[in-house]
Amino acid sequence: MPKIKKFLFTNGPLLATILIFIVVYIIGGQLYPAMKKPQVFVNLFINNASLLIVSIGMTLVVLMGGIDLSVSGMIALTSVATAALLQLNVHPILVMLLMLIMGIILGSAMGCIIHYLKVEAFVVTLMGLFFARGMAFVISRTSITISDELYRYLALTKIPIPFFDNAGIYIPTLVGIVLLIIVYVISRFSYFGRTVFAIGNNEQSALLMGMPVARTKIMVYSISGFCSALAGIVFSISLLSGFGGYAQSMEMDAIASVVIGGTALTGGQGNVIGTLFGVLINGTIVSILQLNGTLTSWWTRIGVGILTLIFIGVQSLFYIRKKRT
Amino acid sequence: MKRNSEKKVSFFTKFRKSRIFWPLIALVIILIFDGIYAPGFFKIGIVEGHLYGNIIDVINNGAPLILVAIGMTMVIATNGVDLSVGAVIAISAAMGAVLINPALGNELISNEILTQNISHTPLPLIVLANLGAGTACGLFNGFLVSRAKIQPMVATLILMVAGRGLAQLITNGQIMTIYYTPYFWFGNGFVLGIPVAVYIVIAVVIAATLLVRKTSIGLFVESVGVNAKSTYYSGISEKNIKLIAYTFSGFCAAIAGLILSSYAHSADANNIGLNYELDAILSVVIGGTLMAGGRFSLIASVIGALVIRTFTITMYTVGVPANALMAAKAVLVLLVILLYSDQSRRMINKLFERGKRKKESTDA
Repeated sequence: MPKIKKFLFTNGPLLATILIFIVVYIIGGQLYPAMKKPQVFVNLFINNASLLIVSIGMTLVVLMGGIDLSVSGMIALTSVATAALLQLNVHPILVMLLMLIMGIILGSAMGCIIHYLKVEAFVVTLMGLFFARGMAFVISRTSITISDELYRYLALTKIPIPFFDNAGIYIPTLVGIVLLIIVYVISRFSYFGRTVFAIGNNEQSALLMGMPVARTKIMVYSISGFCSALAGIVFSISLLSGFGGYAQSMEMDAIASVVIGGTALTGGQGNVIGTLFGVLINGTIVSILQLNGTLTSWWTRIGVGILTLIFIGVQSLFYIRKKRT
Repeated sequence: MKRNSEKKVSFFTKFRKSRIFWPLIALVIILIFDGIYAPGFFKIGIVEGHLYGNIIDVINNGAPLILVAIGMTMVIATNGVDLSVGAVIAISAAMGAVLINPALGNELISNEILTQNISHTPLPLIVLANLGAGTACGLFNGFLVSRAKIQPMVATLILMVAGRGLAQLITNGQIMTIYYTPYFWFGNGFVLGIPVAVYIVIAVVIAATLLVRKTSIGLFVESVGVNAKSTYYSGISEKNIKLIAYTFSGFCAAIAGLILSSYAHSADANNIGLNYELDAILSVVIGGTLMAGGRFSLIASVIGALVIRTFTITMYTVGVPANALMAAKAVLVLLVILLYSDQSRRMINKLFERGKRKKESTDA
C-alpha cells in the first residue's frame, strides 16, 4: 500500500494529465463522432508537430527553473530564413543545417547572457522573441512560398499506418516523436539530465555540489534554441512558406503544454512524457473547437489561458501537499 | 575660486549619480542625431491655434506609452512585470468602441446606423467602462500574483495571450470604427494649443508622484521589491502592495487604451497597443529602475518613455520599417540592462573618478 501511495505521489501530475487527456478525448468523441476516426487522432500529432518539438525544449528549460519566451520568434525567423535561402537555390540540406546552427547559436547566446550577466531569463528571452521576429521581417516583409523539391516531398509524402485504413502520417511528424524519446532518455538516465533537475530544485546547492551549472544552463538554452529551429523547419515544411508573423503566441501554447503536462513552473519537478500529453490535450481542445464550428478562433486563446491557469492552481496545491508529507 | 569649482564638481557628481542623468543623456544624444540627420525635426508651427511639429508629436503620441510606463514602473519596482499591458489596452479600447456602437443591441444593423455621429451610451459611462475594464484586468493580474503566488511573468503572460482573445470577443472579432466625435477629444483634442493627452499624462504623473512620495505607499513598494519576506515580517501587507501595483498598471493601460482608440478612431483587437509591453519595459529600464525591483523613479520612467518615442519617430523619419525597429529595440533593451548592471556601473564610475583624479593631479 505505501508503495502504491508513493507511486501515485511521484507520478500524480503525469497520471492526472493522461487521465484528463483520455476523458477530454472521449467527451469529444461523444460530441463529435468524427473524432472517433483514427485519422483525426493521428491529426493531433500532425497538426501539433512543431508545438510538440518546441514544448520538449521548453520542458527542459522549465525543469531547470528558467523560461524561454523566444520560441515563437525563432520559428518565424527560421521559416522566413529557410524560404529566403531556398529562393536563392541553396541546397535544402544545407539550409536545414544552417537553421539548426542558427538556433543553437541564438539559444546559447541567450543562455550566456542569462548566466554570466545575471539578467532575468524572461527579459532576455522576451528580447530574443522581439529580436527574432524583427529580424524575420527584416529578411522579408511578405510571405515567401517554398517550391523546393525536397521540401515538397517531405511535406506531401504520406506514410500509411499499419492496421488502420485511411490513416497516415507525414515524415516531419515523426521528428517530434523521435526527439521526445531521445530527450526522455537523456533527462532520466544521464548526468546532464540529473544536473538539470538539480539546478531546478536549487541552483545554489547544485553549484556547491560541484555540478557544472554554467555549462548545463547554457546547454539547456541551446537545446531549446535547437528545438525551436527544428520546429521552425517542420513548420515551414508543413506550410511550405515563410513569414515573420507565423506561430504567433506559440510560446504561450508551449508553456501551457508543459504546465498541463505536470512540470512545475518553479522547476525541478516534471516529465517530458507529460509534455506530450499536454500538447495532445491542447490539440484536442483546438480540434473540438474546430469541429464545433460556431466557436471562433479567439476562444482557443481564452480556453488555453484558462486551462493553464487551472493547472497552475492544481499544481501548486499538489506540490504544497507533497512538501507537507 | 577653488571652492567655487569644487561646488560645481559636487553638483555635477550629484547630477551624474541622480536617476534622470542617463535617460536625459540618451534623449540629448537622439535629439542631436535628429538635428544633424533630420532637419526640420525641431520645427514647431501653429495651425488653427494648435501647436504642431515632430516634438509635439513625440509628446502627443508618447502619452499612452508614458502612462503605461508609469504603471509598469510600479509593477517592476515590486520585483514583478506586467506583460499584459498591450492586451489590456486592446480590451479597454474594445470596450469603448462597443459601447459607442449605435447599433449595440439592435437586430437590424445597417451602415447608416453604424456611421452615425451618435453614441449608444453616454460618454462618461463609456470612459468609466474603459477604465473599469482595464482596472479589472489589473486586479485579476494582482490576484494571480499576490494571492495565487504565480510568478508575475507567467500570470501576466496568460492575460497577454487571452486578453487579445477577450478583446476580440468583445468586438465580435471585428475592427470597430468609431464615428462619435466627442470621443475623439481624448486623443485629438487641444486645450490652449496643447493636446488633451498631455494634460491627462501630467495629471496622472502628478497624482502618482503625490501618491508614492507623499504617502508611504512608495516606500512600501520599494521595500517589497527589495525583500518581500522582510517586508511581510515588518508588518506590511506585501500582498496588498502587489495587488495595488498591478491594479494601478491595469488602470494606466486602460487610460492608454482610451487615448489610443480615440486617436485612431477605431479599436482593432489584434493590433492596438501592439508591443507596448516591450516599449514600456524599455522605458522603465532606461529610467534606471532595476528589473529586480527596489528603488524607482516615475519621472525617470517618463523621460525613458520620451526617449523611446523620440527614438521611434527618429527611426521612422530616417526610414526604418516598423517591424525591423522591433529587433533594434530588443537589442537596445538588452544593452541598457547590461549597462545598468552592477559590474558595468562600477566600471563607469571608476572611469569618471580616474579622470577626476588625473585632473586634480594636473591642477596641482
